[in-house]
Amino acid sequence: MNPIDYHALLPEIILAATVLLTLGVDLITRRKSLAAITAIVGSFAAFVPIATLAFCDSLEFCTSTGADRVLFGGSFVVDGYALVLKGMFVFAGFVVLMISVGYLESDRYYEGEYYFLIVSAVLGAVVMASSRDFISMIVALEVVSGSGFLLAGWRKGDPKSNEAALKFFIIGVLALALMVFGVSLLYGLTGTQLFSGIAAASAGVESMALFNLGVIFVLLGFAFKISAVPFHFWTPDVYEGSPPAVTAWLSVGSKGAGFVGLLSVCYLALPTVADLWGPVLWLVAALSMTVGNIVAIKQTHVIRLLGFSSIAQAGFMLAPFGAAAASGANLGEAFSATVTYLVIYAVMNLGAFAAVIIIGMRVGSYELDKWSGMNRYAPGVALTLAMMFMSLAGIPPLAGWYAKFAMFTATIGVGSWWGYSIAIIAAINAVIAFVYYSKIIKSAFFDAAPAELDVKALEGEMVPGPMGFALGLSTVGVLVLGVFPGLAANLGEFSSEILAAVGL
Amino acid sequence: MDWFENGWGLSLIVFLPVVGAAITLAIPKARESMIKWTALVFSLVTLALAVLLAVQFDYSNADTYQFGTAIDTPWIEAINAHFHIAVDGISLPMVVLSALITVLVIIYSWNHWPEPHNPKLLLAFVLILATGMTGTFVALDLVLFFLFFEVVLLPMYFMIGIWGDRGIREVPIVKWKMEMRLYASLKFFVFTLAGSAFMLLGFLALYFRSADVLGERSFSMIELSEIGAAGAFTGTFAFLVFLGLFLGFAVKVPMWPVHTWLPDAHTAAPTIGSVILAAILLKLGTYGFIRIALPILPAEAENWAWFIGLLAVIGIIYGSLACLAQTDVKRLIAYSSVGHMGFVMLGIATLTDVGINAAVIGMVAHGLITGLLFFIAGSMAHRYHTRDMGRLGGNMVLMPKMGLLLGFAAMASLGLPALAGFWGEFMALMASFNPLESLGQDGLFRGFMVVGAVGTVLTAGYMLYMLRNVNFGEPADEWVGKEFHDVDRSEWLAWAPLVIGTIAIGIFPKIIFGATNDAVIGLVERAFGG
Repeated sequence: MNPIDYHALLPEIILAATVLLTLGVDLITRRKSLAAITAIVGSFAAFVPIATLAFCDSLEFCTSTGADRVLFGGSFVVDGYALVLKGMFVFAGFVVLMISVGYLESDRYYEGEYYFLIVSAVLGAVVMASSRDFISMIVALEVVSGSGFLLAGWRKGDPKSNEAALKFFIIGVLALALMVFGVSLLYGLTGTQLFSGIAAASAGVESMALFNLGVIFVLLGFAFKISAVPFHFWTPDVYEGSPPAVTAWLSVGSKGAGFVGLLSVCYLALPTVADLWGPVLWLVAALSMTVGNIVAIKQTHVIRLLGFSSIAQAGFMLAPFGAAAASGANLGEAFSATVTYLVIYAVMNLGAFAAVIIIGMRVGSYELDKWSGMNRYAPGVALTLAMMFMSLAGIPPLAGWYAKFAMFTATIGVGSWWGYSIAIIAAINAVIAFVYYSKIIKSAFFDAAPAELDVKALEGEMVPGPMGFALGLSTVGVLVLGVFPGLAANLGEFSSEILAAVGL
Repeated sequence: MDWFENGWGLSLIVFLPVVGAAITLAIPKARESMIKWTALVFSLVTLALAVLLAVQFDYSNADTYQFGTAIDTPWIEAINAHFHIAVDGISLPMVVLSALITVLVIIYSWNHWPEPHNPKLLLAFVLILATGMTGTFVALDLVLFFLFFEVVLLPMYFMIGIWGDRGIREVPIVKWKMEMRLYASLKFFVFTLAGSAFMLLGFLALYFRSADVLGERSFSMIELSEIGAAGAFTGTFAFLVFLGLFLGFAVKVPMWPVHTWLPDAHTAAPTIGSVILAAILLKLGTYGFIRIALPILPAEAENWAWFIGLLAVIGIIYGSLACLAQTDVKRLIAYSSVGHMGFVMLGIATLTDVGINAAVIGMVAHGLITGLLFFIAGSMAHRYHTRDMGRLGGNMVLMPKMGLLLGFAAMASLGLPALAGFWGEFMALMASFNPLESLGQDGLFRGFMVVGAVGTVLTAGYMLYMLRNVNFGEPADEWVGKEFHDVDRSEWLAWAPLVIGTIAIGIFPKIIFGATNDAVIGLVERAFGG
């Protein structure tokens, strides 16, 4: 038995310790802010080993293994792909914690446990990025989801929050059941839980029909998790009912974890049946974009609108994925485009939520017509809010343009009608998307403030420090990634090296 | 001056305005004069650099790219996109014009703030627009071009949406009542975005196909033009790519029948928004045709020439007729742009050096003249509080200087010889008499020439119609006895360069041709073999 590579496990160890510490701190002190500080410091600390692992080759004290770090018989791998996404999840957790600090203080609910759950969810997502077998993947996914169920219902006194938690829970369990059923079929046919093992054994399975059935069930489970159409209907209600800070996490962290699982499973475990999941994902991508966008046009509740927007964005992320696999093209570029998109989406969507929550708290409503004339009393927040939404719409020079650009590049690059057709669908959708993203700008900048709003009083209000920091961080991120998108593209390329290892 | 020639000078011209915008945004709202001066200084320095560029430009080598960054300056390595910018004889006049218009617009704004006030945001948007405009004209990498091409959308969208016309308008077909500015801003954005989404797909298709010839994928306009001229892109592929590019550029120009966003956007926009739109933004589309569509896909350009020419002359006639039906001065000027850009496109469609020279000078002239017209229309609306030609009249009596300037601009716009507008129209028609030989469509283009000539008559017709209604006659009763202040100082300062430019180019068209001619001849020779 090899000695355990603790360096590779350090991000998880730090996060696990933070989880316990947060709970412990909350037990022994009455000052709730200490729990928040513990959680924030802990998640920030988790960046350090991620960075040292990523740049191990150029660091003196780091014993480079020269290759990916493979632990526990191949179940847990730390490679470029895992590191990029771990970084993304920790960043998301960090930002969500920052947003939550200001938000929870205005609300009279438990605080300590809240931070505990957020960090747990981050831990689950971070493990997810490394897991290379079905058992650890499902456990990780359920750590993310389980925390999510509780967080969604955090506002106990609010019936909507209760509804959100219950819906999320029931759908989550259904998705899990479907997935586990699929996994059991795959396991039964191949005799292994390891992704690489399934990939190797899939060619010679006894019944290809059963194997395909298993694949379909696994995909179904993921489709629920990433809220892809037609398995999306829980999303708007859950997003609207949950505390907005939690929604920010659900739309980035939780959804991202689902995406990571889907990427790992499809590319690492099921490359031999790409001709099966390719067309399915192509269809799901096309539907998600179109339905998400069209329904979003009619929304007047900002969080609900962001819910539908996140459905549509998932469609954009899946597009290269489905197109490349369906036509049997080189999967590397599609993979890299999806990861690039995911990273940029995380930054801009978190920023959008930070701005939305700041305004929502100030105005006391998330209805769009209550937000009109925001430019009058909160010009700075209004401008950053506009930037985030335009970034989501993919308007240069904000980061979102490159996400869309990478997606178009990858789909056109497939060189078949699977790619061209979805590129055209995506192009049309990009235009539709602008229509509803611009509603925010219209409301914030073009409309006059409602008469009953006390603009003078609102003018003087300060943005809570941590929230302002989160928003500032995302704004800088969106601008820098927009002007130098190579940074995000490099992350995508770095992570797609994984495919070379499995011979794709 | 090495730094200036190695791309730094040009980079400064492109990025100084956006730096200015950031600084403007950082200044507290209350310190208005500081905001104004900051914006003005940044735009003036940019203009000074642009003038320096024009002075230092080597006109004997106008066909080569100058003042550029290295072709392999890294930007996004993952997709082999480079930060490659440079000017040649075709882009130089456009760069100077963009810098000039930016300065004039800021000077004009000095005491003409549209409601709701907020100079800080307005000037920041003007400066961001400046970066987008000059950037588009100097970009030699398709991704960079796309980025700049799109950067102008948001500021203009905000400008129309915030400071635009608050009149109510009925949306066609669905019959919703909507404020003019909201309708126009959304329409402007959605039209342009839809066009450019397909343009982007075209760029990407070129990018992937270029690997077949070059060995690696490339977004470089220079490399793509080289292999394009050698016949690398053919068949259905080339047709679809040209279609994508055509959609993107034609919406921007705008060509009939995708022009419908333009009258709305122009009419609804605040004065300086209309000026920037007319003077520069429309040219991004025609410039795209000249710089990208023609050189990279010459064979397709030949196949499409008759179609583009046809749409161009339809635009000329349609724009003129629409002008005759207008009652709103600003809307009339907006429609006149459809006609004028029709002449520019007709010049391009001939695929000859004469035609493309005509197009470039037409672009500059339209920028100066229509810019001036929109300025004057805005100032008049500011004083009369109406743009309705049924109510206006006797402007020569009420404001003689303003009337004179309006008369001058209208004459220039209808193509009076010895003023700038003449050369573009005249040479476009001349070029249609002798289109590119390999087209073998002399008859068709001569038909276009005749129709275009009819268009010039119609242009004279509607311009005189406007002058009669606005300038001449006796003032209506509602204006009699009211005090109108004639052209004020900031207006003189903003308009004089346009007037001087119009006359200078009209008498010495060599100011423009001196720069463009060699570059255009080179372009036509490489793409269409002379």
